[in-house]
Amino acid sequence: MSETVSLLQVRGLSCYRGEVCLFENMEFSLRGGEALQIEGANGAGKTSLLRIIAGMTPPDEGDVLWCGGRIQDRRSDFNSQMAYLGHHLGLKYELTVEENLRAAAVIQGGANSLDFLADVLQQVGLSDRADLPVRVLSAGQRQRVALARMLLIGAVLWILDEPFTALDAGGIVLISELLGYHLDRGGLAVMTSHQSIPLGSRLRRLIL
Amino acid sequence: MSAGWRAFVALVKRDLLLAFRHRGELLNPLLFFMLVVTLFPLGVSPESALLRIMAPGVIWIAALLAGLFSLETMFRSDFDDGALEQMALSPHPLSLLVLAKVFAHWLVTGLPMLLMAPLLGLFLSLPATGLYALELTLLIGTPLLGLVGSIGVALTVGLRRGGVLLTLLVLPLYIPVLIFATNAVSVAVAGLPIDGQLYFLLALLVLAITLAPFATAAALRISLS
Repeated sequence: MSETVSLLQVRGLSCYRGEVCLFENMEFSLRGGEALQIEGANGAGKTSLLRIIAGMTPPDEGDVLWCGGRIQDRRSDFNSQMAYLGHHLGLKYELTVEENLRAAAVIQGGANSLDFLADVLQQVGLSDRADLPVRVLSAGQRQRVALARMLLIGAVLWILDEPFTALDAGGIVLISELLGYHLDRGGLAVMTSHQSIPLGSRLRRLIL
Repeated sequence: MSAGWRAFVALVKRDLLLAFRHRGELLNPLLFFMLVVTLFPLGVSPESALLRIMAPGVIWIAALLAGLFSLETMFRSDFDDGALEQMALSPHPLSLLVLAKVFAHWLVTGLPMLLMAPLLGLFLSLPATGLYALELTLLIGTPLLGLVGSIGVALTVGLRRGGVLLTLLVLPLYIPVLIFATNAVSVAVAGLPIDGQLYFLLALLVLAITLAPFATAAALRISLS
């Protein structure tokens, strides 16, 4: 992956909620190995922006470009390289951690991602919880399961909406490490958070 | 096996596992189906000559209503917990995943009714030729109801109280299925061929399999945005 090309580009993006303008004519671009942290007050449009970048909500104006093409025109290609973690984790509470991850890996992920299941569970510290239904896990542990799913999918672009919610100190360190590792390998991340994330010059900030 | 097909199988398996973990809810549509049918001999008349005439309509209307009430559960939990969002962001076509969900929903709600229907037919003293036609029409008709219904569910899943609206949207579309299916059973009881009605139902099923997943996927994207 070339470090000099902008993989993700946002051009002239605007979002309105009724009469209220959340943001207008927004421009930024991200290269491989860079992360963008979006900050702003409650209701400033952080989640709306993430949903537009993920391609879930069509923008009122402007375009989101991935590798130079509009994401609407290359949805399958874009989706295979992007992972989104929102407020709703998308886990089935009645299924065990492993069942959740196995199903998600095949439905959303690459062909061989199941081979890494044990490693990924180890990474997020849930190896001994694999057979428990998600229902009995704590909020922080559920967040970790969702992180494990993101790792399994093996995406290039991570879109994280408040990833530190409900996590303990260890969890916050974990995400920072995972992000650092992800960026080292040329990945990209766009996230909203009020935490300061120790990623040095690779982290750019955007205030809404 | 292609990646899309594997995703289809994985989603069907996941939904069946979820249904199995909620066994109690699984029985509700089936019980409703049985209760409605058994009310007719009590409420109208236990005379077998009359029941035989009413049987196709009664069983089909009960199946249609039971199917309608179970429709809402098709995307509800996936919408509420964000699993649907994740599906919409999958590299596989959403219409394929929709088809998997409709198929799993049919296995859980339609197939049990299909198995129960001959017994209810016997309750209403439907002759063997009628039972055969009833099974055939249900086999073609129940997936058809699920596919057509999925469009309505996808449109209303984002609404807090979408139930009544869903009924109003979907029920008119069910009428042709009801007419052809009950007519086929009545005609079969009279000893006449039912090829025409079956071909018509099959044509509708092919049309629904071809078009409904795309309409449902588009409606889900609107509900999610």
